[in-house]
Parts: sequence; C-alpha cells; structure tokens
Amino acid sequence: MRVALFATCLGDTLFPDAVRATLRVLERLGCEVDFPAGQTCCGQMHTNTGYHEQAVPAVRAFVSAFDGYDHVVVPSGSCVGSIRHQHGIVAEHGGDRKLAEAVGRVSPHVYELSEFLVDVLGVTDVGAYFPHRVTYHPTCHSLRMLRVGDKPRRLLRAVRGIRLIELPEAEQCCGFGGTFALKNPDVSVAMGADKTRHVRETGAEVLCAGDSSCLMHIGGLLNRQREGIRPMHLAEILASAEEER
Amino acid sequence: MSGVDLGMPSFPDAARQAVRDAQLRHNLGNATNTIRNKRAAVVGELDDWEQLRASGAAIKAHTLSNLDSYLEQFESAVTAAGGTVHWARDAAEANRIVTELVRETGETEAVKVKSMATQEIGLNEALASAGISAWETDLAELIVQLDEDRPSHILVPAIHRNRSEIREIFRREMAGSGTPAPADLTDDPVQLAEAARHHLRDKFLRARVAISGANFAVAETGGLVVVESEGNGRMCLTMPEHLISVVGIEKVVPSWRDLEVFLQLLPRSSTGERMNPYTSVLSGVTAGDGPSDFHVVLLDNGRSEALADEIGSQALRCIRCSACLNVCPVYERTGGHAYGSVYPGPIGAVLTPQLYGVESEDTASLPYASTLCGACYDVCPVAIEIPELLVHLRNRTVRERKGWFDRLTRTAMRAMGWVFGDSGRLARAQRVASLGGRLFGRRGIGRLPWPLSRWTDARDAPTPPAESFRQWWERTRTNDEDGR
Ligand code: SF4
Repeated sequence: MRVALFATCLGDTLFPDAVRATLRVLERLGCEVDFPAGQTCCGQMHTNTGYHEQAVPAVRAFVSAFDGYDHVVVPSGSCVGSIRHQHGIVAEHGGDRKLAEAVGRVSPHVYELSEFLVDVLGVTDVGAYFPHRVTYHPTCHSLRMLRVGDKPRRLLRAVRGIRLIELPEAEQCCGFGGTFALKNPDVSVAMGADKTRHVRETGAEVLCAGDSSCLMHIGGLLNRQREGIRPMHLAEILASAEEER
Repeated sequence: MSGVDLGMPSFPDAARQAVRDAQLRHNLGNATNTIRNKRAAVVGELDDWEQLRASGAAIKAHTLSNLDSYLEQFESAVTAAGGTVHWARDAAEANRIVTELVRETGETEAVKVKSMATQEIGLNEALASAGISAWETDLAELIVQLDEDRPSHILVPAIHRNRSEIREIFRREMAGSGTPAPADLTDDPVQLAEAARHHLRDKFLRARVAISGANFAVAETGGLVVVESEGNGRMCLTMPEHLISVVGIEKVVPSWRDLEVFLQLLPRSSTGERMNPYTSVLSGVTAGDGPSDFHVVLLDNGRSEALADEIGSQALRCIRCSACLNVCPVYERTGGHAYGSVYPGPIGAVLTPQLYGVESEDTASLPYASTLCGACYDVCPVAIEIPELLVHLRNRTVRERKGWFDRLTRTAMRAMGWVFGDSGRLARAQRVASLGGRLFGRRGIGRLPWPLSRWTDARDAPTPPAESFRQWWERTRTNDEDGR
C-alpha cells in the first residue's frame, strides 16, 4: 500500500526520531511511504489562536502536497483533529472556493497513526519488542476530537515484553494547549504538575503518548524535575524491535 | 453592549494568583471531583442520554431561531394569566424596572431566589443603592453574600469555601443582618444548615416581596419554572405577595412537554441527582394562592447580538447546569473569580465576551482561558460545541482588537504563516533552529528569553536536533525520486 507521511512541523523540526519511527513501522508493515516535499504544517497553531486568515498558506501547502493520496498518515492526533475539523473553516475564511473543495477532497484520507494501523491496515500486533514499564497518556485531541478510543492501548498491549501500567486520571488534560502554555503559563504548569505526579505514581520508566506536542510539555516538566522518566512517542515504542537491540 | 469593565484583572493575571492559593486549589479539586463523579454515575444510568441530549439541543436551537414569536406568545400567556411582562434592553433598564416595582410596593426589603440573571445585571447592588435590602436565601448564595464575596460557581457559588471557613463567616456576619449564629456553632454540615435555616426563617416570614429568576419560561402557558434543591426558592415563590422575576430571553421553551427533556437533563448534569428535589411552576396569579402581583422582566443584555452570530449563538442554548465547569481542568485550578464574570468556566469564556464584547482586555482574555481539551463539550447536556466557539471567539478577538501588542502578534503570526506557506522557507527556518540547538548542545534547554521564558520558567525545552526529518529524508532517501 502506498501512503504519504505527514511529519507535522513540530515532528519534522524538533522530533524527527518520532517521525522516523513512524516511517519504520509503516515500512515494516509493507507500506510504500512517500514524504511529499511540499508539506509544511497543518496550521493548527494559527487557527487555534484565532489567526484563521494567517493559517491559509499552511492549509494551501497541505492540500497541494497531499492531494491525490489515498492514505495520509500523521503521528499526531492533534494535527489530524485540526485537519478534519478546522481546515474547512480556514478555507472559508480565506474566501476561496477552490481551496474549500480541495480540503473536502483531502481531509477524509488523513489518519492518525493508531487509526491507520488498526482501522485501515487491520493490525494490532506490529511485531514490536519493548521490555520496559510504560504508562500511556491519551492526548485530548486523540480522545475527544478523533475518538481513537483504546486503539493506541491495543497496539501497546500487543508489544512483546512491555509492562503497561494504567495512568491515574489519564483522561485529564496535561495543560499544554498550544499557545495556552504561553498565554496562561501558570495554569498550564499547574495542570502539568498534576500530570507528572500521576506519571511518577505509576513507577513507569517511559511515558508514552501519540502527540509530540503534549510530550514536549510533560517531558519538559519531567526533565526539569530530573525524574529520569523518558517521554516517548507511540511510534517509537511500536518501532522498537528485538533484532535492533 | 460594549467595553464593560468587569473590574477584574484579565484572566492570566487573576489565574496566576488563584493557582498559588493552595487552600483554594484543594477546596476546588475536592468539590469538582466529587460532583464530576456523581454526574458521570447518574448519566451512565440512562441508555438514551445521547438522544435526550440531542433533543435538548434541538429544542433550544429551534426556539432560538424563532425566538421573537415564542417570546410574544409567552408575553400574551403571562398577561392572560394576570401577570405583567416588562422588556429590558440592558442591565440598567432591568435594574430600573425592578427597583420601581419594589418601590411601588412600599417595601424596603426583598427575599431572593438564587438567580444568575439578577447577578449578571448586579441587581442586589442596584437595589442597595436605592435603599432596598435584597436577601439571598440559597445557602451557598447566603454564604457569599454574608462574606461580601463574589460567587465562584454557577450552581455552588461558595464552592471555593470549605466547612470551617463557612462556620467563621456565619459566626462573624449573621448577627449583622438578622438572627445570629449560635455561639457554639461547629463546622458540622447539619449544624451549619440549621443556623442558616434559623437565620432565613424570620426573613421568609417577614418578606412581602420576592425576586427570582427562572430556569425555563414556557411560551405555551406563560409558566415560569424554577428548579432547586433546598426548598428556599419555593418559600420565596409562595409566601410573599409580590413576585418579580428577571428572566433572560433565551430561557423560553415552546411547550410544557419540552420540560420532559430538560427536567431529566438538568439535575443529572448539574447536581448529579436523578431528579431535583423542588420544581416550582408559576403561571400568573390566583386569588388566595401565592403572589397576588406577578411581574416578569425579560432581559436582553447582549443576547440579541449574540443571537445574530451564527456560530456564537449556540451559547444561548445553555441551561446553566455547570457541568462544563466541573470537568474543566482550567476552572478546577483557578476557580470562578479568575474569570471576572458571573459566568465562569467554559460557558463563561464563550458567553461573557459575547454579552459584553471583546473591547476590554478582561473579556478578550477569556476565550484563551482554555486548552481546548474538549471535556466541556462531552458533558454539555445541550451539546454546545464550546471548543469550536472558543476558537471562533479567538478569531473575533484577533479581528477586532487593534492595540500595539495585537498588531505585533498579528505581524509575527503572519510571518510564521508565510514560512508555513512554503516548504523551502520552512526548511531554511529549520536549519536556523538546528544551528541554535547545536549552540546549546545539551539535552533540554534551560532558560530562554521572553516570550519563550513563559515556557522555560518551569519546563525544559527540547533541543533542536542537528538534522530535521526533512533533511534526513533528503540525505538518505531522495537519490532517484523527486519526493513529489
Ligand atoms: S454550557 Fe452546557 S455544560 Fe456548561 S453550563 Fe451550559 S448547559 Fe451546562
């Protein structure tokens, strides 16, 4: 199966390991992966902050890079949420009928990684091996915008050697919220502190999530607290294999 | 309406103070957690919850799009039943009408049923300046009033207080406005409630004027529906001779039958009860039974304007159940005062800017008081898409605000938008970032300059990698293909 990989601006720029891991999982499962070079960003940061018009260039770049693919895979629930629910609004603000049409054409083909693996490829065991104690944080947008449900957990449960530990109050927001983290840093950090407290309570070595953005926030706090708990993207765990160790 | 100064610091400043108050966070955390679990349990009992929720949303949406005719129908029904309807464009007009009505009775005090609408217009303060004392009779509202505090929750105005704080307030303040608290009052809830009961009893027996709001106004019958837990509201609605109700125009529902839906949605969402203990319905006047004089003040106060906004008008469906407050992680950490508005939490963040405009910093900061986590939408019994509304109002804020900082941010956002418009530009920006990363050259960046210091004050920032994914792909994968 031929699929296009959308790295997301954050993944591409700051977390290339998570994107490479996504690529590795997809290729291991027999996908032929393209990285359309014209891709940039989903525009979420602009849209969510209220800059709908300024998000138009990103949306335009997105649809022109991915138009025509049957499957676009994204290692971020948040960006997929934005593509599904906000690209139409942005196109409308740009006042451009052609852009709106292109958005309508492209967005139904865009999948978050766990959705793609479970729903499209029909796989829950990706052949991974990861002998560590892991706790999983379901990010808000995966949970409530995409309704991925337990797909990520099903994928993790099938990983050999893993010890998956329930995270207390897992469904509580970590407090990242994009520019919220900068506009209301105190509340953001207070929420993040509760999240890291719960992560510590699990005794896990690894905190896993499907969004680099939330991991950046929680991981940034853990790192400052010198906790030694490693934030890892879901793809990185799924990409780990015995033969590579 | 425009530019109303709510007299509060904007959300980020107020929130910073609130987050530092450990007692407040503790009180709030406990209270919201309890009520959240109760709600989840009773909602889980109904297998048709989603259908009920859809019906609630549909009835409200239908009513709002035909609001003028339903309001007229309501007015005729109230008039026919012997009541009088008054129309108030804004807070000042509503306060004037109510003050006059109380004056006409010759009374200088009134008992009050807990009401968001009267808080919204600052009625108690307006009456006080006309020499009229308005006594709150809802327990939590009484606590707040005695303490000269402000409510911090729609349903549980004293949610930010714990039992021992309440005991202190009762002992200190009750004597000043009626029956004092017993000298040996403890913080046992039963004793506290008993003290409140004694304090209120002489007010109920004396009062000739009552002021209320309403949860629903039934167009078909002209009936006002008041839903409550303590029974104090029923005392106010039945004992005094004069009743004045201040009702937001969005409270109208078409028919009696519609209550079947809302009287299931409301108590389960708000207090986590299957049914609320007291539901009172008032339709006009009946000789020898209840008030002999009945006035309804229909309040606009920015609602018509909100109604004109295709997306924003959803907020007018709200039945003030406060479920969205109890699940909101931001509300849980800051409490209601930080929102600087009588409507706190997620609904306040979308309603207040619509009622008062986004000209002032106070209201403009509210749509940003959310991480867009979406928990509020999931619990809302009338399915208001609060996250979508927040983003919509952020966009309105961006379009309408013209201060230097707004212009600066807009320029920065446009510049970033331009970078995101072309992959070549993004690739160049990434090379700059990775160069910066190599300068830092260690895992996790400590402190960055403003505005990024707002990130690094408490969190480490990731070190930009030496190579972006794009560069890695180009280096390893694009020998023979153009990458499309
Ligand atoms: S917005 Fe919805 S959840 Fe919030 S108070 Fe109103 S009805 Fe309740």
